[in-house]
Amino acid sequence: MKRSLVRIAAVAAKEFRHLSRDRLSGAMILGIPLVMTLLFGYAINTDVRDLPAAVADQAGTTASRALAAGVEASGVVRIVDRVPDAAALERRLADGGIVVGLYIPADFEHRLADGRPVGQLLVDGSDPVVQNAARALTQAPLPALLDRVRPGAAGAEPAGGALAVRAYYNPERRSPVFIVPGLCGVILTLTMVLFTAVAIVRERERGNLELLITTPVGSLELMVGKILPYVVVGYLQASLILAIGVVLFDLPVRGSLVDFYGGAGVFVLSILTLGLLISTLAATQFQAFQMTFMSFLPQLLLSGFMFPFDGMPRGAQLLAELFPLTHFLRIVRGVVLRDADLMLMADDVWPLLAFFVVVMALATARFRKRLD
Amino acid sequence: MSEAPAIQADGLSRRFGDVLAVDDLTLTVPRRCIYGFLGPNGSGKSTTIRMLCGLLMPSAGSARVLGLPVPDEAEGLRRRVGYMTQRFSLYEDLSIRENLAFLARIFGLGRREIDQRLRRQMDRFELSSMARRTAGSLSGGQKQRLALAAATLHEPELLFLDEPTSAVDPESRRRFWEHLFELVDEGATVLVSTHFMDEAERCHRLAILDQGRLVADGRPDDLMRDVPAAVVEVECAEPQRARRLLLEDRAVLHIAQLGMRLHALLQPEVDGPEQRLAGRLRDAGIDAGTRLIRASLEDVFVMATTPDGRGGAAP
Ligand SMILES: Nc1ncnc2c1ncn2[C@@H]1O[C@H](COP(=O)(O)OP(=O)(O)OP(=O)(O)O)[C@@H](O)[C@H]1O
Ligand SMILES: [Mg+2]
Repeated sequence: MKRSLVRIAAVAAKEFRHLSRDRLSGAMILGIPLVMTLLFGYAINTDVRDLPAAVADQAGTTASRALAAGVEASGVVRIVDRVPDAAALERRLADGGIVVGLYIPADFEHRLADGRPVGQLLVDGSDPVVQNAARALTQAPLPALLDRVRPGAAGAEPAGGALAVRAYYNPERRSPVFIVPGLCGVILTLTMVLFTAVAIVRERERGNLELLITTPVGSLELMVGKILPYVVVGYLQASLILAIGVVLFDLPVRGSLVDFYGGAGVFVLSILTLGLLISTLAATQFQAFQMTFMSFLPQLLLSGFMFPFDGMPRGAQLLAELFPLTHFLRIVRGVVLRDADLMLMADDVWPLLAFFVVVMALATARFRKRLD
Repeated sequence: MSEAPAIQADGLSRRFGDVLAVDDLTLTVPRRCIYGFLGPNGSGKSTTIRMLCGLLMPSAGSARVLGLPVPDEAEGLRRRVGYMTQRFSLYEDLSIRENLAFLARIFGLGRREIDQRLRRQMDRFELSSMARRTAGSLSGGQKQRLALAAATLHEPELLFLDEPTSAVDPESRRRFWEHLFELVDEGATVLVSTHFMDEAERCHRLAILDQGRLVADGRPDDLMRDVPAAVVEVECAEPQRARRLLLEDRAVLHIAQLGMRLHALLQPEVDGPEQRLAGRLRDAGIDAGTRLIRASLEDVFVMATTPDGRGGAAP
């Protein structure tokens, strides 16, 4: 037992040395989280803002002008043009000058009083993200705006519309707040698997394996020793991403750090074993890279990071339940955004533990101390 | 109970697709000796060693190493066997010291033991002055010294060395071999593969492999004495022409040119081989001195590894 621990420590220390001497790996450990967090945080923004819009206000009343101003005040659109009628709006849409048109008919005041739709939004629907944003506009708190102009007028508007977009955990609906915690899982999935996927293949390619397997080191000892240093690396990366989120994107960390690191630890362990398994399957480092990306893509797409989990077909959901990333996303969003208790998220913790045990066993069984 | 031989292989074979890398190999390596594997490229030396280390499954046959069957009991042999691979297999980005320290811990040496053992190995293999250099920065010969230091670190009973000196200079090679003899004196058994005749000659016993088959084995002296050929050295003015001429004689099995001399192997039943060659050359107008000499290990090797003994001679 003690000897076994000594061997695991020896393998881990050796692996750590490799890591510390390999500039590329070092650059990847810090570079990938840094670049990806900044990219996703700043550039990839699912908040739609400043869509060019035009207004055709045929009513021309104080209230109708207030409606147009209210729509613009939402920040989603920026009114760049005023046109006389709906046909002109359509022409502007067609030539691409605007993506949203607000049509306010002449009987606006009557409609307002009757509780009928007060106007029409013409939307360039080719980009679904834009379309969704515009649709959300129709439910935006317009009544409140109108209320300010003419108290009581909004009474006819169905109250549910205003509630539909009310966001509890990201009221300003700023996407970095939602994306950064998830990004933590995505980045760890990519880098952890990338590192361990080459861990054994590299020894094989460089000829070290032939020596290593003639030593008394056991398969499981080798596997554990190989992943230990990367647990440290994983923690480093998770901390870095969280720090970037807090410092640059005002990410509120509502839950406890203990829960965050606890969840991250279990997740990192599970994802590391996936890398190990790949390493025992691949014949070359290049193959290991290919397999890493092949395993990464479905996780990225189905875990709920890119698209809402609830919107996916049942089959895809079932598949996604197998991925560690899916569970970690729930854990990390829960802990960071909702102050959820890790203990209460057992439904997402035990699948990670199960994944760790099963895949570790598979990798260890796959790894033979043989050359053929 | 008598001690089991260091290695006992019975009909050991290994196939890679169409290639029969090792073909029905049966041999016994006694303890406390240096046993040499001599054979051309691709003759199956490395494959045999790998099977004996339990790294490759035999396609047929069986083997016992230090009395234990391999590959079944290979794990139990790890601490008792050392293996120096043909290709350098230590970590190039770690220093000499780090490489050795890593293996020492893997082999379960105690903390205090490690320091002392590392110092001894580095002294023995003249690595102390470069202990902090990374293995990747060493020359070919220095790498091989490091690999041997690593393979003997845990004082194995049986040492497999796969072409350990292919890049080592003659002086270091001599010291290397002195060291092997020391190990044998201490009770170890060494199985070493080589392409060098002078090294093969130093072995206590020798196996010659060709295309996966064992074509000769025994003590080097016996092999040289029993070589099935008469060896004649020819000194003459036109060695090229003389060589072509002599190869027309069916009794001549092989001729190699060594500078201005020819080294000819003849069928052993021929009477007076040296007079026969001298006569032939004289008839062709070539003045030559011939003498019968003792067979070298090279002759043994040539006779064992060329199918008709004529060694690529022109028809
Ligand atoms: N992993 C392998 N896959 C396929 N063929 C192999 C493999 N290893 C060895 N061989 C083949 O088996 C034969 C014997 O190879 P081996 O390496 O044992 O020769 P060797 O005597 O060690 O040669 P050398 O002196 O060049 O080291 C060769 O024909 C080689 O091509
Ligand atoms: Mg070889």
